[in-house]
Amino acid sequence: MLTAEDKKLIQQMWGKLGGAEEEIGAEALTRMFCSYPPTKTYFPHFDLSPGSDQVRCHGKKVVAALSTAIKNIDNLSQALSELSNLHAYNLRVDPPRFSLQFLSQCLQVALATRLGKDYSPEVHSAVDKFMSAVASVLAEKYR
Amino acid sequence: MVHWSAEEKQLISSVWAKVSVEECGAEALARLLIVYPWTQRFFSDFGNLSSPTAIIGNPKVRAHGKKVLTSFGEAIKNLDNLKGTYSKLSELHCDKLHVDPENFRLLGDILVIVLAAHFTKDFTPACQATWQKLVGLVAHALARKYH
Repeated sequence: MLTAEDKKLIQQMWGKLGGAEEEIGAEALTRMFCSYPPTKTYFPHFDLSPGSDQVRCHGKKVVAALSTAIKNIDNLSQALSELSNLHAYNLRVDPPRFSLQFLSQCLQVALATRLGKDYSPEVHSAVDKFMSAVASVLAEKYR
Repeated sequence: MVHWSAEEKQLISSVWAKVSVEECGAEALARLLIVYPWTQRFFSDFGNLSSPTAIIGNPKVRAHGKKVLTSFGEAIKNLDNLKGTYSKLSELHCDKLHVDPENFRLLGDILVIVLAAHFTKDFTPACQATWQKLVGLVAHALARKYH
């Protein structure tokens, strides 16, 4: 469960990114496709080569959704309701438990490479919990 | 039989050469106990694990972290025989320590994040992919003798 301290750490951390959020989204996706090739199966219609515009664009979307979630961290279910529908009924990405676990890992690596020591154990813990919570919400309507 | 390309071997050894086994091991284990607190169940005789600060400063955590990562170093010297390298440890973790192998995956992912924070932009996507492969194979080798 996200504590008040977790929420504060996440919001502070996100604030420290100084506009790099969009790049981070693209980087997280790139890392995910590189480390976990099966995740590419959800993007057969994308050019997945390095620096791809589509990946950049999609990375921006993913980060925008996470930003919204962070701004509405007290009500993730409602904030992510549309996305939850989309993932369950249209995209049908395998239960977010798996893919989001890979995206979560890669997002955290992207954050850690930028924040270095500032990606402290406490921040790491808060972000990991947050991504778990996001995954749960996205999986709510699967069945 | 696992195949390692020349590039992968290079990415592993060049990172490993710059890693302080003691620092990195301590940090990875501490983060495991902090981020996934239920893992503390395996370390009930480690003393004070009551807060992140306590965990990070705990000398038993540091010592054990160093042990774990030293064993990782052995794996890196024996990339072509991870199963053999971890055979005894696998039996130990199953028969004596009773550790759920899922925890190996968790520790592996945490190690990757520790390396990312340490090496920052030098920890490229290709580098991460190689290390995710390595930690995955180590976890697999450790789980192999479970019954």
